Amino acid sequence: MIATVFMASLRSASRSLKKLPTSSGARPPGRRAAHTVPSARWRRRQVQGWLYAAPTAVIVGVLFLAPLVLVVWMSLNRWPLLGQAVFNAPDNYAKIPKNPLFFDAVLFTLKYTAITTVLLSAVALGLALLVQERRPGVAFFRTAFFLPGAVGFAAAALLFYGMLNNDFGPIDPLLQTLGITHEPVKWIGTPNMALFSTIALVLWRFAGFNMLILLTGLQSIPVEVYEAARSDGANRWQIFTKITMPLLRPTLALMLILSITGSLLAFDQFFIFTNGGPDNSTVSMVMVVYRDAFFRFDLGGAAALSVVLLVALVGFNTLLMRRLK
Amino acid sequence: MRYYPTVTALAILFLFPLLWSGWASLEEPSNYLKMAQFGEGVDTYATNSVLVSSMTVAGTLIVSALGGYAFARFDFPGKNLLFLATLAILMVPYATILIPLYVLLGYLGLQNSLLGLSLVFVMFQLPFALFMMRNAFEAIPRELEEAALVDGCGTFRAFSRILLHAVRPALVTVGLFAFLASWNDFFAPLILLNDGASFTLPVAVVSMTQGTFGAIDYGMLQAGVMVMALPCLILFVILQRHYVRGFMSGALRG
Repeated sequence: MIATVFMASLRSASRSLKKLPTSSGARPPGRRAAHTVPSARWRRRQVQGWLYAAPTAVIVGVLFLAPLVLVVWMSLNRWPLLGQAVFNAPDNYAKIPKNPLFFDAVLFTLKYTAITTVLLSAVALGLALLVQERRPGVAFFRTAFFLPGAVGFAAAALLFYGMLNNDFGPIDPLLQTLGITHEPVKWIGTPNMALFSTIALVLWRFAGFNMLILLTGLQSIPVEVYEAARSDGANRWQIFTKITMPLLRPTLALMLILSITGSLLAFDQFFIFTNGGPDNSTVSMVMVVYRDAFFRFDLGGAAALSVVLLVALVGFNTLLMRRLK
Repeated sequence: MRYYPTVTALAILFLFPLLWSGWASLEEPSNYLKMAQFGEGVDTYATNSVLVSSMTVAGTLIVSALGGYAFARFDFPGKNLLFLATLAILMVPYATILIPLYVLLGYLGLQNSLLGLSLVFVMFQLPFALFMMRNAFEAIPRELEEAALVDGCGTFRAFSRILLHAVRPALVTVGLFAFLASWNDFFAPLILLNDGASFTLPVAVVSMTQGTFGAIDYGMLQAGVMVMALPCLILFVILQRHYVRGFMSGALRG
């Protein structure tokens, strides 16, 4: 969720990097340079700044940077859940290709990511276009579309788990009453249906969230642009393809990055909703990492897998951001 | 135009699962009684969840308010490096960082601890929270702070008496995001907590699907879903404006 700020903040950070030389000697030019401040006071403000930033530094250092180093170190060791670690590089990496689950999981996760991203962007864009204009009741509809996003993903998965159950859920009786189906549907009983049902769950839970992202983009398009196009005689389709879509591109890019990253790291939906089944057909990459660590007690192997995942994802995001800039 | 029939049908589609779950959980009131006695008792899990969420919200607010002030108003060596390191948290997959955290929290004596879990949540919230708070402090006119300093306040008194008041809306947004994330998260507690008595609600309710003797009590399960979802739904409807503002300030700044 927090990743909304991701691209924006990285960009603004790199902007401020350019503005402020990090060399500690020279005083940064700017606002305070106008009136002269005694250097003792300036140094005191430096210390104060450090003190205010200290909690952030401790949290980031201990709970983010240290584990990042540790995961690399773990990946170079035979590291059982209990017991002594033994250096064994590069065994953990060498055995990745031999992990039969992992290859299937990579393929499955890529397939899931492709389908989900296409459908999610289409649905989110449709919803955003429907509720972008102010009219009576539109606030209610926005809230209705977003509301599933306020529910936790685990709760949403359990909700669908009950709703799609053949004996307990309302969907099968409903479809049969309407004459659409004539017998209970195996919602998570076959590989394809399990994927289909999971995507339905993800669409329900995340469409409103992505709609909100796109709405911020749609609302930043100046009304004058639309008015000018209309007075030039452009029809609705032309306005959509020639104005809305091009101007929405940066927001769409952000949405795509979030959706792709989220799907590549999918865990909750498959762990809770399909439990990887049937026949391991819905095992995602992160699930393999989890299984290696906590079912096979092989933390070193899991660490190697997650290092690979990290490198792939950072590389992929860098590539995508450069292309979409 | 067929606008209203279309959006109404869609709204029904989106609201139906929530309404069904509420109805299914209430169909037999005994669902809630059974859930109350599930495992260690739902009160234990709810208490754990409330504790973790409160510590996460408090921790995120304190760290990001202090940090946001530092990044908005002070220059110090390593400032940009620390900011970039914080934002880099967003780049790293959840699983990549949770497995070493499991080991690291063990070294720190915080394995299977609600405090340890909360600290991990604070870390995950920090990129968004710090970004929000820095922007909020930057938006305050400098004169406000300088007037307080001239009046003989130290920077900390100026911060706690005056500036913190001015960034209250941002604090609400940051707190809301921190609550929703920590209350709902499943993966981190699944990995970091290993004793039933310290489970949070999501882990406990998911364990209901393992069933007793193979039979899953679906009514009880939906009661569990409601206990998890209702606080979020209520909070979201009340604080919707703050939530959307968090979005806008994040997404629009591109």
